[in-house]
Amino acid sequence: MTANETTANTAANGTAATAWAGIAGGSRPGTSVSLRSLTRAFGATRALDEMSLDIEPGELVALLGPSGCGKTTALRIVAGFEFADSGEVLIDGRDVSPVPASKRDMGMVFQSYSLFPNMSALDNVAFGLRMRGARTGGRRRQAAELLDMVGLAAQARQFPHQLSGGQQQRVALARALAIEPRVLLLDEPLSALDAKVRLQLREQIRTLQQRLGTTTLFVTHDQEEALSMSDRVGVMRSGKLEQVATPDELYSRPATAFVAEFVGTMNRLPGELSGDGTAISVIGLTVPVQPGGPASGAVDALVRPENLTVTPSETGDGIITVRTFLGAVTRLTVRLSGDTEVVVDVATTSAADLTPGTAVQVGLPAAPVLVAARES
Amino acid sequence: MAAVATQTAPAPAPIVARPRRSFPAWRWAILLIAAVYFLLPLYAAIRFAGLHAFGSVVTQPGFGSALWLSLRLGVVTWVITMLLMVPTTVYVHLRLPRLRRLMETITILPIVIPPVVLIIGVLQVMPLSLRSTPWLLALEYVILTMPFAYRALDAGLRSIDVKTLTEASGSLGAGWLTTLWRVILPNIRTALLSATILILALVLGEFTMASLDLQTTFPVWIVLFDQENAQISVAASIFALVVTWLFLMLITVVATRQSRRTGGGEVTLFSVAPRETIGN
Repeated sequence: MTANETTANTAANGTAATAWAGIAGGSRPGTSVSLRSLTRAFGATRALDEMSLDIEPGELVALLGPSGCGKTTALRIVAGFEFADSGEVLIDGRDVSPVPASKRDMGMVFQSYSLFPNMSALDNVAFGLRMRGARTGGRRRQAAELLDMVGLAAQARQFPHQLSGGQQQRVALARALAIEPRVLLLDEPLSALDAKVRLQLREQIRTLQQRLGTTTLFVTHDQEEALSMSDRVGVMRSGKLEQVATPDELYSRPATAFVAEFVGTMNRLPGELSGDGTAISVIGLTVPVQPGGPASGAVDALVRPENLTVTPSETGDGIITVRTFLGAVTRLTVRLSGDTEVVVDVATTSAADLTPGTAVQVGLPAAPVLVAARES
Repeated sequence: MAAVATQTAPAPAPIVARPRRSFPAWRWAILLIAAVYFLLPLYAAIRFAGLHAFGSVVTQPGFGSALWLSLRLGVVTWVITMLLMVPTTVYVHLRLPRLRRLMETITILPIVIPPVVLIIGVLQVMPLSLRSTPWLLALEYVILTMPFAYRALDAGLRSIDVKTLTEASGSLGAGWLTTLWRVILPNIRTALLSATILILALVLGEFTMASLDLQTTFPVWIVLFDQENAQISVAASIFALVVTWLFLMLITVVATRQSRRTGGGEVTLFSVAPRETIGN
């Protein structure tokens, strides 16, 4: 992060309220977005497979998933840069599939720096207003307000090559917001930035989005970004949405094994299902099973590190092999009998005795656990 | 009396030896041989023509009309080539990137086909009304300059992210033509200038096609005039060479200056150095 950016961010917080008041005053009420059974194939690969999603007006929904899961394709179809083989995109209930990208009124921030190199920061922000026929004075004033809002008033006359990556993405955000878009589309806008700038910019994006109430679709492969910024997160896999839920729900009640393992850290513990498939016997304990998983066959119980407990015990079934200090939490790697390894998070204040080589008993709360078919 | 603190003089900054650029003798030798190879014929030509011939070149009969025809052909060729090649090259980059290799192969054909073959073929199929006009020659020059124009434009488009810039422009409400005019063309300005230099240099120096088309362009005039007065003819050749060289230098310097203003690199005929950026 540059010194400019630190100053700019402070300035942004101070000036955003006044600058924003004028811009938000002219903003339109929130827009709903619905994706209905979108399917898109590239050759033999199905990038999207009957994908459906409803986004409420003013909501920020993140599409999260590994590379190639179809999240960017979905975003590009909404933007109008790609076309679905079947299905429709409804904006406020109207199908916009035949509408070209330039007529959709959607602001987009791209992953790669997309500022026009031949234009100053101010002209970049004013570009969309110019396309809408705004008068020179008015559009320059509005563009300057938006640059002020993202803390870059002092850089208005600079060209993109004179700005840092973080500054360029903030100008790109101001440019996308300048047209008062019906929907804001963010295509991994933070992935090219370093950690500190990324953290600052994601807070700034969220603050602005909430102030304006712009319906926003945000694509990312970074779960921390998705969970911290979004009202809801849709986890995608192989062109399908596995689960759409609030960040809390996604983390604590994942609907599928894929979601459970993709979001956060998850332990796999070999277990045996009861005859009726409602309970599982795991590390010597029997706990109820969350509905939705396999009811028979070889399965694993999926348990988060913070849901396991460890107690020093000479007769315990595990040995601590690694201890990692993470601040308030200490992460322990425990080898269980049968060469199964689990990670357990314990409060650092109570982890003083838990050193590598200590024999421990690993425990599991009686709450229902998610089970998944055992991986070979 | 207040004590005076003695201040020791700051230690002199260590002298950092600058690595000397080595330029061994064999490089000087190669440079010298190349210089002799290029400059000796020029010197011989100037010696042969005599300085007095340069003063009377522009007053020779046919000089003005031949130069004017070559310039007109240069402009017409440039307009047609740009109208054809700019949208085509941009479209290939945007929508048909897999066809780039095919395009390179197709555009190299005019170089490998001898101009004589090309002209005979063209004269066979062209309507009579067009055969006796310079416009036919302009159309032939479009084919001749196509490989060079394509490569210059291709190099320019490779130096920018055409797809993202086009999509960004589109999402802000710009149509295809506006995007081309306001976003793409300004960012490949250096490539456009390179293409312009190549087109004009080729057209101003082309002899075979013009001669077979019976058009007295500047190079044809030089050859014809050579039979009347060889000294003036050689002086005209050198005059054309110097004018073209100055023209190329001027465009290169201006283009590089403009390119650097917006973060681009130095302009050369077939490449544009990538844009500079600063970190995160």
